[in-house]
Amino acid sequence: MKHRSPPEQHHGKRPRAPAESASVQSQDPMDDNAPTNLRELTQNPLKKIWMPCKNGLPENHISQRKVCMTNCPTLIVTVGLPARGKTYISKKLTRYLNWIGVPTREFNVGQYRRDFVKIYKSFEFFRPDNEEGLKIRRQCASAALNDVRQYLTSGGQVAVFDATNTTRERRDTILQFAEQNGFKVFFVESVCEDPDVIQENIVQVKLGSPDYTNCNSDEAVEDFMKRIKCYENSYETLDEVLDRDLSYIKIIDVGQRYLVNRVLDHIQSRIVYYLMNIHITPRSIYLCRHGESELNVKGRIGGDSGLTPRGKEFAKKLSQFIQAQGISDLKVWTSQMKRTIQTAEALNVPYEQWKVLNEIDAGVCEELMYEEIQQNYPLEFALRDQDKYRYRYPKGESYEDLVQRLEPVIMELERQENILVVCHQAVLRCLLAYFLDKTAEELPYLKCPLHTVLKLTPVAYGCKVESICLNVEAVDTHREKPENVDVWRLSEEALLTVPAHQ
Amino acid sequence: MAVSGVCINSDALQQMGSGSYKLAGAPHFANPPTVIVMVGLPARGKTYISKKLTRYLNWIGMPTKVFNVGEYRREAVKNYSSYDFFKPDNECAFKIRQQCALAALRDVKSYLKDEGGQVAVFDATNTTRERRDLILKFGQENEFKIFFIESVCDDPNVIASNIMEVKVSCPDYKDCNKTDAMLDFQRRIECYKSSYQPLDPDGYDRDLSFIRIIDVGRQFLVNRVQDHIQSKIVYYLMNIHVQPRTIYLCRHGESQDNLQGRLGGDSGLSARGRQFSLALSQFVKEQQLKNLKVWTSQLCRTIQTAEHLGIPYEQWKALNEIDAGVCEDMTYDEMKEKYPEEFALRDEDKYYYRYPAGESYQDLVQRVEPVIMELERQENVLVVCHQAVMRCLLAYFLDKSADEMPYLRCPLHTVLKLTPVAYGCKVESISLNVEAVNTHRDRPEEVKRGPGTLQRRNSVTPLTSPESNIKKPRIDDLDEAPIQELPPSVDSLALCSPSHLPLALAGQKLRRDSGRHDVFQICK
Repeated sequence: MKHRSPPEQHHGKRPRAPAESASVQSQDPMDDNAPTNLRELTQNPLKKIWMPCKNGLPENHISQRKVCMTNCPTLIVTVGLPARGKTYISKKLTRYLNWIGVPTREFNVGQYRRDFVKIYKSFEFFRPDNEEGLKIRRQCASAALNDVRQYLTSGGQVAVFDATNTTRERRDTILQFAEQNGFKVFFVESVCEDPDVIQENIVQVKLGSPDYTNCNSDEAVEDFMKRIKCYENSYETLDEVLDRDLSYIKIIDVGQRYLVNRVLDHIQSRIVYYLMNIHITPRSIYLCRHGESELNVKGRIGGDSGLTPRGKEFAKKLSQFIQAQGISDLKVWTSQMKRTIQTAEALNVPYEQWKVLNEIDAGVCEELMYEEIQQNYPLEFALRDQDKYRYRYPKGESYEDLVQRLEPVIMELERQENILVVCHQAVLRCLLAYFLDKTAEELPYLKCPLHTVLKLTPVAYGCKVESICLNVEAVDTHREKPENVDVWRLSEEALLTVPAHQ
Repeated sequence: MAVSGVCINSDALQQMGSGSYKLAGAPHFANPPTVIVMVGLPARGKTYISKKLTRYLNWIGMPTKVFNVGEYRREAVKNYSSYDFFKPDNECAFKIRQQCALAALRDVKSYLKDEGGQVAVFDATNTTRERRDLILKFGQENEFKIFFIESVCDDPNVIASNIMEVKVSCPDYKDCNKTDAMLDFQRRIECYKSSYQPLDPDGYDRDLSFIRIIDVGRQFLVNRVQDHIQSKIVYYLMNIHVQPRTIYLCRHGESQDNLQGRLGGDSGLSARGRQFSLALSQFVKEQQLKNLKVWTSQLCRTIQTAEHLGIPYEQWKALNEIDAGVCEDMTYDEMKEKYPEEFALRDEDKYYYRYPAGESYQDLVQRVEPVIMELERQENVLVVCHQAVMRCLLAYFLDKSADEMPYLRCPLHTVLKLTPVAYGCKVESISLNVEAVNTHRDRPEEVKRGPGTLQRRNSVTPLTSPESNIKKPRIDDLDEAPIQELPPSVDSLALCSPSHLPLALAGQKLRRDSGRHDVFQICK
């Protein structure tokens, strides 16, 4: 029952059994001009999507959920001198694209080189006149391209080819490779002349690289600077005239300026928008759930209840915690549900309410206990356990839907600096999965307990997470995946992992 | 009974005049207003971009208005005679143009400071550094953020087609044949060319925030984007195109629930609904569109409709009908009986009203925004959707306000064909002659209108782009002293009147000519 209106009213969406199948076939005798080859529609029980079927088998050629991103695979090619953030961009972009549901993988040619030449000695390897080095590097690049082809012809949609690619000759080779295989190419060039930024980048990520494990930092920096020099002479930047027909974005001085040329399709446009919104200013992102709610205590999902006394206690502790952190210009976001707003009210700072941060819509299961869901909708309950990420509640949402809904939040989070997001279990899992690069399988089971703040700090290529429990007791709302997910399982088996509640 | 799920934001309350809330929970509104400044030679699509961007920003709930300096000029100089007016050595005309720009800036200021505007689009050539510096100074003094949009295009075909499409029909050339108009306009462009200083990203203008659009979107240069709104503008500009195309909007065929007068639900088509699908299929074939894309929602009735077309289609969850929450599957009568207060609230402000555990039109606008962005990218598209969703989409294309949107007429079994023309959109409504129930409920006449009580935070409130034409001759009412003796008709021999046209910039001393007698001098 879906009833977030005043509790005394017990009205709900009438859970009308959705028509299991609806025939498109005309039964109207007057329609004698109806096409005869019409397909049946059947609703996929997991995703609740209407699928056309023919002879009882689903037809697959229709893109089901969202607009087709691109009709052929895309190869993203980084361009730039060493220490210009190419790997940072590659990894971050890969993480983002995977999160929004575009299968993406990065191919770092440096990694191929390290696998090939186990021990790195010095910059000499990269000297333009080092024939041996050149040969090895060429081999590594072509090995990587082979793997790119393998990946993009077996389900991958985007491959990020992360290497310097500083010469037009190398880029032409890649373009040729892409043309032969029917891939679209999009170049991402990072140009930066600010010595401080480069120095910072070297210290941040290069010193930790396996190349310099047995090396002191000064030596490493010196060697790396020489490595950069090896590329400088032959570097040909993407040219407004010579490369006018290519699709590319040139990122200048870490996002001060962008040059965008011939964006071809939806996915390229999304990539450009994303790259224009990310920044590298140090900051922290704090994520937490609302304080414990009345419905949490009763073991009921969803709804729009207020905080329990313990939940209010948490809100107070959160306020103290935030003050103790001494954060400058902290922004606070909540959902539009009572429990997050009540939590934020205790902070005594301005906050902003986002409807898109609302908890997953459990549709007909809103405000039910797991026990009741098992009792009323045993099939639904089992299907959910089988594929929690893709499962959509009847008249409600799936985690997959939630990720789509949260995409603007991620984009805005990338733009912001210090921020606290007070949200909900499923929403927090989706946000966390983005920052920690978790798969669709892991995402719905990420542990996000009540009364615990997650502090995320970007470091090098990833994100450091600290989990800070504010020491206010709360019920456990985490339900692990039970062993038996079969639709014929016993009720006890289905309820085995339900956390204790009133 | 209260509207459930409503959390009125403190900011909204403050706007409503309630001082009880101390927290200003609205970083969005705390943002300083933005002035978008167009830069470019005539016929580079500046006005097109200005109007389109304004329509978009208003639709997503950002109050925005265009200030077209050309219109101020036409107001000041009633009859345009020829390009001579724009000659760089026509000092008198130059002064008038300067005054017009200042008058427009003054209106920008009052729009952003006193009239609740968030974004002003200053649509003029602004081709000289001197002019841009003046605007920057104006922005600084008033704490407005300035964002430049420069359009650069040297493709003679594009320019010629732009002139043909919008310039020859402009009021300046109303008594003029097309060839003469074309010629005159090209000379007008020449007048600007010698003094045009494009934005210089590597030197003089490196610290400014701007986007330069090169060759109608082939290339973009984006410099120092400062905030969320600028980032949205850039994204929008990078997705629009000017290829001719047609967008078809329609609802699903009549559904079983439609027949029973029920809201929402996920029922299949009625017999007449199926008939419509066939008629639609026929109609689409007759239109002979190349590469037509078809989008549906994820509800059975739109998919069934699209299935009849026999061409591939894409399902968008974002196109699903408005979620009526607890009222799903009810008839209006049932709703009125069961939730009389909800029913009344909805009539009070249909745009802001959110169904308990459901959505409002305002929520819907936010939900379909990615669809609009993708529609802008595409060429020929047929969108098979639902009544409320179609109203939202239509409001975007036809620049309708939040007040009108929920009452736009989108009957069943009717296709709306939208074709972009000049600065707007031509709509043809094509009934496919298959009977269907009427699902339109008119705005009740005797209903008290809420004072925006249902306003929620993080909200979008589409506003119709404010009328860009000047309602009264603003130029003369700028002066503190009333001016009487405006000549009845100011002819093309421009009126040169510094005292009529005070330099009205804040912080800038008005330089007035001493006497009134030398006010009118015939130029040239």
